[in-house]
Amino acid sequence: MEKNKYKNIVDQNTPKENTFYDCLIAFITGGLMGVIAEILIEFYQNLLDIPFKSATVCMLVTLITLSCLFTCFGFFDKWVNFCKCGLIIPITGFAHATQSAALEYRKEGLVTGIGANMLKLSGAVIIFGVVSSWLFSIIRMVVGLI
Amino acid sequence: MIYFNSFIFAGFVCAIAQFILSKTKLTPGHITAIFVCIGAFLDVFNIYDKIILWAGGGALVPITSFGHMLTHGAIQGYQTEGFMGLLGGTFDLTSAGITTAIVVSFFLALIFKPKD
Repeated sequence: MEKNKYKNIVDQNTPKENTFYDCLIAFITGGLMGVIAEILIEFYQNLLDIPFKSATVCMLVTLITLSCLFTCFGFFDKWVNFCKCGLIIPITGFAHATQSAALEYRKEGLVTGIGANMLKLSGAVIIFGVVSSWLFSIIRMVVGLI
Repeated sequence: MIYFNSFIFAGFVCAIAQFILSKTKLTPGHITAIFVCIGAFLDVFNIYDKIILWAGGGALVPITSFGHMLTHGAIQGYQTEGFMGLLGGTFDLTSAGITTAIVVSFFLALIFKPKD
């Protein structure tokens, strides 16, 4: 009886997550990130005369620097909480994870704090990316040999 | 038109990720790792290059493009230098992003105090 009551109260008070609403917000914000990236690429290509390959690198560098700065000012966390995957899946999420880990462990010192923990959250991306790309390029190599 | 395509593609990737995040108990770390693996896989037979031609910046900004660049660099290295090129070329294209993220966040962490 007591357990049921407790469960009811918990159910009433946990915030309901509307999957469709969340997905819609992620779709819109993620799409806007894509449009911003395309605008930046066009900007670097046409106005500064940089070739396409370097323009994409410049775009990534700009977005990473901006999201690191915004994380430091404190309002990027609120944006991530609101947009969720709309900002986690673009490259801004990678920069946000690196920057927030570095800020959080700053007080533990330079080497044992920042150095050891900076890639705590984003290290998974690098490690899984490298391992899977190694495997897939080996597969591509074997397919090419046949 | 390319702005519309990049909106659709980037939004679609983010919406799929959000759907997985809402419906399962995976953390954002799991989801980014999964998407990097998907991007690396899509580059094996040059599918992702076609998507980039179609969607432009919208295909370059999600984390899938990170995996794509890793595989692309490795395959490019293999084609120019053989097996050692495969190992050496993995970071060719992504190193700019990783270096910027590490250097910028190191120096900003020295300047700023964490907000609570």
